Amino acid sequence: MATQGLSRLNRKEKWIAFIFIFPLVLQFVLFLFGPLIYSFYISMTDWNIFGTATFIGFENYINMIQNDRFWRAMGNTAFYLLGIPIGLAISMVLAVWMNRGIPGITIFRFLIYLPVVSSIVAITILWQWMYNYEFGLINHLLNSVGINSVNWLNNRDWVKPAIIILGIWRGLGVSTIFYLAALQNIPKSLYEAAEIDGANFLQKFRHITAPLLTPMTFFLIVTGVINTMQIFVEIQIMTPAGGPGYSSASIVFYIWQEGFQYNALGYASAASWLLGLMIFVITIFNFAMQKKWVHQ
Amino acid sequence: MKNDTTNVKEEVNKGSNKSSGPRRTLYKSTSKKIADVTIFTLLSIFSITMVLPFVWMISTSLKTPIQTRTSTPEWIPDPIVWTKYVEIWEKAPLLTGFMNSSIYAIVVLAFGTFFTALGAFAFSKLNFPGREKIFLGLLGTMMIPFPALMIPHYILFVNLGWIDSLLPLIVPAMLGNVFMMFFLRQFMNGISDEIIEAAKIDGSGYFGIFWKIMLPMIKPAIAAQVILWFMGIWNDYVGPLIYLHSPRNQTLPLMIANFNAFYEIQNDFPLIMAASLVSMIPLLVVFFAFQRYFVESMNYAGVKG
Repeated sequence: MATQGLSRLNRKEKWIAFIFIFPLVLQFVLFLFGPLIYSFYISMTDWNIFGTATFIGFENYINMIQNDRFWRAMGNTAFYLLGIPIGLAISMVLAVWMNRGIPGITIFRFLIYLPVVSSIVAITILWQWMYNYEFGLINHLLNSVGINSVNWLNNRDWVKPAIIILGIWRGLGVSTIFYLAALQNIPKSLYEAAEIDGANFLQKFRHITAPLLTPMTFFLIVTGVINTMQIFVEIQIMTPAGGPGYSSASIVFYIWQEGFQYNALGYASAASWLLGLMIFVITIFNFAMQKKWVHQ
Repeated sequence: MKNDTTNVKEEVNKGSNKSSGPRRTLYKSTSKKIADVTIFTLLSIFSITMVLPFVWMISTSLKTPIQTRTSTPEWIPDPIVWTKYVEIWEKAPLLTGFMNSSIYAIVVLAFGTFFTALGAFAFSKLNFPGREKIFLGLLGTMMIPFPALMIPHYILFVNLGWIDSLLPLIVPAMLGNVFMMFFLRQFMNGISDEIIEAAKIDGSGYFGIFWKIMLPMIKPAIAAQVILWFMGIWNDYVGPLIYLHSPRNQTLPLMIANFNAFYEIQNDFPLIMAASLVSMIPLLVVFFAFQRYFVESMNYAGVKG
């Protein structure tokens, strides 16, 4: 009796499982995979929200690679990637310092982490005010050490560094806490052995700490690249027109502008497919390079 | 917290370690002390620099626009003016913004967490054909960047007549969160199947097992993920920017951004700072209240990659 009841239950299991995963599968079909395929179709049309769609093949893609603003957005996005190594270097140093067992770490960690848990929009607005040419805090501080004011957000050369600085400030908390977690997993015995061999601080860092942190560095680079390739909020708020001479616009900003300001939905879909492909290829590349430098 | 105290203890033990000889210990501990003091100072300076923007934000919000036009930074406003914190509620429908953001967060988190946990339970503990393939298929969607979806989503919601409502934000998200599902499944895989089998024999249905046995066991994992998800929702800007047009339907971040664009021209930075600060309060409250889960969840994510 009991076994018969159990097997009936097991037969039911399949159908119950399908019911349980139904919402996630529905999401996949309606809002993830479905739209992705549909967007590829739109990218082959000349659709703007008002007219009807005509199939034009790869014309959008061809127009795009001949478009000056597209390439500027690409170049700007590539420039933003420079913030990743700078941020990682700073947070690695911070994590090593914080891992010495000196008092006050909880407070330091909390203060460095504060930007991470603040509203992105509010923080961007705050930095826009700090970058203000006449009365912003940054120029005040620069003036106090004898440096002339910089028109951060309205200067072709400085707008990208300004956005990178904001990004580093905002992201340091996450990478520092990740590095700290990784550092605490490094066995103390390795350092003790190195000390017996007479290794100094730099040698220990170079031969023990840095190599053993490479898996975490790899993880932070992969996620950092994926996120930075999609940078948008800071740019849209601080430079609503894409910066002087389109010097701050990112690819997502370009897609948003083409799609939602100029209603070129087909063209914008093509750009978003290109972005998705680029992210995919770079991520695959990162994983392929992993063997060359990540400590196993 | 725990790790810090153990580290300190280890250092203390090391300092009094007799095997390395008295002279060596003395030399090492003084040089280590100097290094510690130096690093403590550097960390203090750095952390203070990290918080300066927030101090500046608070300081600005307590000024009048005229007080912000100084040639040197004035950290403590003279006089301190609180009126901007009253003005913001009159100049923008901020309360509506709070309401809209809260509806968005509560509905998505309530339904989404339930569906996500239910799905994770099925993938972890139930047998059905195609389980691994479906799981990998769902996982693959984590690689789709949002910009690649925003145009087809927009077209879909225009056709459904959902533009300028919260539905385009709520409906797709409330069906679940694949990243969280992956995370919860990992967590459930660590729970023995025997408990499930025992419950089956006791005559519990599958939903009963999920609700009465599994859910209480994975509560900490859910808490950590819900906090992360809440922060994502409260920070969501691109979705509202695309879908929400009239002020009464806007969520808080979009409202604050528009507020900024409008008053920046008038150089009313105290007003903008006050509004931005107020908009962050829910995030900070959640962070302070659940800091423990939060740090834990960061650690998990780091370890799991």
